[in-house]
Amino acid sequence: MNEGRKEIIQIVFVLVAVIFLLKLFVIQVIDRSYADLADTNAIRKEILYPVRGLITDRNGKLMVYNSPEYDLLIILKEVHYLDTARFCHVFDITPEQLRQQFDQLYTDIRNKRASELQPTPFIKQLSNRDFAKIQDHIDEFEGFYIQARTTRAYASSAVANAVGYVSEITRNQLTNDTTNFYRQGDYIGQSGLEAYYENYLRGTRGVRYLLRNKDGIIKGPYKNGRYDTLSVPGQDLTTTIDLDLQEYGTFLMNGKSGSIIAIEPGTGEILAMVSGPSYDPSMLTGRNYSSNFLLISNDTNKPLFNRPLMAQYRPGSIFKIAQAMVALQEGVLTPETRIQCNRSIIGCHGSHTNEDLRGAITHSCNPYFYNVLRRMLNKGISSDPFEDTRIGLAEWDKHIRSFGLGSPLGIDLPNEKGGLVPSPAYYDRAYRGRPWKFSNIYSIAIGEGENLVVPLQMANFAAIIANRGFYYTPHLVKSVGKSGLPLPRFQEKHYTTIDPKHFEVAVEAMERVVSQGTGQYRARLRDIVVCGKTGTVQNDPLPDHSVFIAFAPKDDPKIAVSVYVESAGQGARAAASIASLMIEKYLLGETQRPIIEDYVLKGQFLY
Amino acid sequence: MVREEKISNRMDWITVLLYGIIVFWGWLNIFSVTYEENQFILDPSINSGRQLIFIGSSVAIIMFILIMDMRFYETFAWVIYGVIVFLCLVVVFTGHEVGGNQAWLRIGSFGFQPSEFAKFATALAVAKYASTVGFRMDQLRNQVRLFAIIGLPMFIILLQKDTGTALVFTAFVLVFYREGMSPFLILVGIGVAIIFILTLLVENEYILFAVIGGVWLTLILLGRKKRKRIMVLTATALMLMGTIKSVDFIFNNVLKEHQQKRIRVLLNPDLDQLGAGYHVYQSKVAIGSGGLSGKGFLKGTQTKLKFVPEQSTDFIFCTIGEEHGWIGSLMVILLFMALLFRVVYLAERQKSRFARVYGYCVACILFFHFTINIGMTIGLFPVIGIPLPFFSYGGSSLWGFTILLFILLKLDAHRLQVMNRG
Repeated sequence: MNEGRKEIIQIVFVLVAVIFLLKLFVIQVIDRSYADLADTNAIRKEILYPVRGLITDRNGKLMVYNSPEYDLLIILKEVHYLDTARFCHVFDITPEQLRQQFDQLYTDIRNKRASELQPTPFIKQLSNRDFAKIQDHIDEFEGFYIQARTTRAYASSAVANAVGYVSEITRNQLTNDTTNFYRQGDYIGQSGLEAYYENYLRGTRGVRYLLRNKDGIIKGPYKNGRYDTLSVPGQDLTTTIDLDLQEYGTFLMNGKSGSIIAIEPGTGEILAMVSGPSYDPSMLTGRNYSSNFLLISNDTNKPLFNRPLMAQYRPGSIFKIAQAMVALQEGVLTPETRIQCNRSIIGCHGSHTNEDLRGAITHSCNPYFYNVLRRMLNKGISSDPFEDTRIGLAEWDKHIRSFGLGSPLGIDLPNEKGGLVPSPAYYDRAYRGRPWKFSNIYSIAIGEGENLVVPLQMANFAAIIANRGFYYTPHLVKSVGKSGLPLPRFQEKHYTTIDPKHFEVAVEAMERVVSQGTGQYRARLRDIVVCGKTGTVQNDPLPDHSVFIAFAPKDDPKIAVSVYVESAGQGARAAASIASLMIEKYLLGETQRPIIEDYVLKGQFLY
Repeated sequence: MVREEKISNRMDWITVLLYGIIVFWGWLNIFSVTYEENQFILDPSINSGRQLIFIGSSVAIIMFILIMDMRFYETFAWVIYGVIVFLCLVVVFTGHEVGGNQAWLRIGSFGFQPSEFAKFATALAVAKYASTVGFRMDQLRNQVRLFAIIGLPMFIILLQKDTGTALVFTAFVLVFYREGMSPFLILVGIGVAIIFILTLLVENEYILFAVIGGVWLTLILLGRKKRKRIMVLTATALMLMGTIKSVDFIFNNVLKEHQQKRIRVLLNPDLDQLGAGYHVYQSKVAIGSGGLSGKGFLKGTQTKLKFVPEQSTDFIFCTIGEEHGWIGSLMVILLFMALLFRVVYLAERQKSRFARVYGYCVACILFFHFTINIGMTIGLFPVIGIPLPFFSYGGSSLWGFTILLFILLKLDAHRLQVMNRG
């Protein structure tokens, strides 16, 4: 009766064993997803944030460094009870803000942008002072943690626009990041050097793999840290800025709108670059970034507008030097050529009648340069005056552009504007196919009309004259990291299309502008020969912009300057004063002309 | 009277060897589970150190079992059964709660689970009753009494809220089957289980009703249209529908909430990975991550970092799966198969009915533990907290299984005497 039952029982045993082995084979050998799950279970990847590179001035003075800042993180799953009143008191927020934070958190969790199991930023960017206050109380709040990171700090507020600022990466930037380098919550340079040298400054992130147990408690490195990488700090930048000069320039520009740029002509290094009015860069760090940014960007004086690169003006009389150089190169003029100051077509100023080239520059004679331009544009190559102008203008355009005008110079900052140098094609567009000839476009002769330049180009122009015909692209960083060298393109010498011998005339004329010109006494220095040129840019209906470019000393120049003071009247006044003070400060270390300084400081030119 | 040989010559050393290997490997695994650097396996403050003490005391227990007169177990089967059942009852009222089960009896600082010992005690009682002169398994009266014998401890252990251990007693049904009980009961049990799971799987019970109705109609139309046959078919169909109807009731009202969850999770493993499904999910992840040959001894991350709960006791198999891979799992399963087959072999060669029935009880209890324990770690059975015999950490369970097995070996060593005595 019980025959075979032993065997049936044994078959059941074997059957179970076989089913187990098959199931085990599936989950252990065939389906490898469990291995991955085990890794995500037990291994926590921790990003090691690199320290952002420091930024110093040319003498090694610290301008931008890092200071600690703290994020308050929350692991929602661990928050079982929260004394909200106490929380608001300790963290100094209103119950309303707290509620908003939680709403945001719940939204993020719903949209899978955050996890209730993972630490998520709750209050960002607590300052050192906040931290000191909170530190003792953090244990009271279950599920809240403090995480340290660094933020930018500024040793000087004078470099705001040049250095730029750093802030959390925007969603747009994140989407456009093809390198996949950035993660949400990362910080990125948003303007100035911080943006331009982002790839050098940011460093390389490290990663650390940690074993954690089921409660998320870290039990040590994974495989003794075999797969860990260290974070590599960002490279430091040594800028070309002379911080003393920069701060002095900022001091002079106080209460004015405009810019100062000082360049070392022999290298193209920017010694100072002041944009006025400016802002305090430390306002754009820390917890109040958003509200401060709104405040600054809504300021009608546009403190975030980096005037040295972005404000385009008509070049005014300064342009006459360029006209002279081009005319000499084209052979339509010699330094000795005298031209009647015939004021019937174009107005002029001062008392002079029949100057040679040096005199014409010194006195900024408008009819002289009207005549010079006409000689250049109408050389009689074609009998058709329209065609003749076209040929002449194409030639003229090529020469003018070789001075770095008409297109961005390529400084190591973002958002540089290029100005405008009209070409035949430009006038074709402007006149919509109707013919044009010299008589239509002659106002470019004296730097008015269609011409546009940015202050940086004018400073570079001064450097070209100082160098007698060449320039290095102006730049703000003289050494990236420990290389001791700027970026390769800043080591290239650019020559103008003008023969260097012609520049001596310009240098001499500019020397005479300062030494003999009636209004330009403010630019004169006792022991240093300053060469300069005023410009007065019409700015109806407000007063003219005061413009001055200069370099010094005359032989082997060490500094070239361009100064724009908006709505400050004649170039010989505010701009010339500031330029000479900058030269004096840089070459002598201090200024000895309190009257000029007072004159600059007391002038109120903000409208 | 034949002079008795030394017991060492008559011991079944193959079983002893298998027992030794499983216990030793289990001990190594218990060490691995909680391993931290610079830990010593013999350190009495960690589980492996304590387990060694349990193993040592098991050896003492084995000695005691072997020294005792072989007739002791048969003679005192009812007394042992009575004492253990009484202790189980005591636990219900005075016991300490550990892990949701009120199964622990505490004597001073020493705690143990009488329910672990109820298994061998019940096995003795079943064997004793089955060896009564004139006992016939196919008599309903005998069946009822046998079910009462296993039902009593089962009920008391259920009162201790230890469902897992209580379920172990259903393993005896397989023994009854071997001894001649009709397989009908087992088949009905399996059938009910299938219907139970189907009902939970198929949301709409009317679909099941429709299927049963369809089959019923087909059978009636196709088969012979005898009145009795139609009656039987109709009754069966109605009973099935009644079962289905009652499943919801049983599921929702008889089973506890955590038990409901465990069953739901089994049917839908992704249901709640952090809640009720956590055990099984983490256990499968640990075992699955082992691959073919495992991460190596002491190198498992999942078990060591405590993702798998109760890993020294009920989920000890995870460590095997993770550290020794499929090969290791195969070894463990083969070891248990060898042990089970050996025990069945031993049972079959017994000359007395008492010893044979007892041998089958041993095989079936070990088999039930093996099946449910490993099945639950790989997600084939709901989470029922019972240990893997000889492998899991714990004194009571190791002692209980050791006693269970070695009483059989003692009986086996003297099997020829039984015949000699006639």
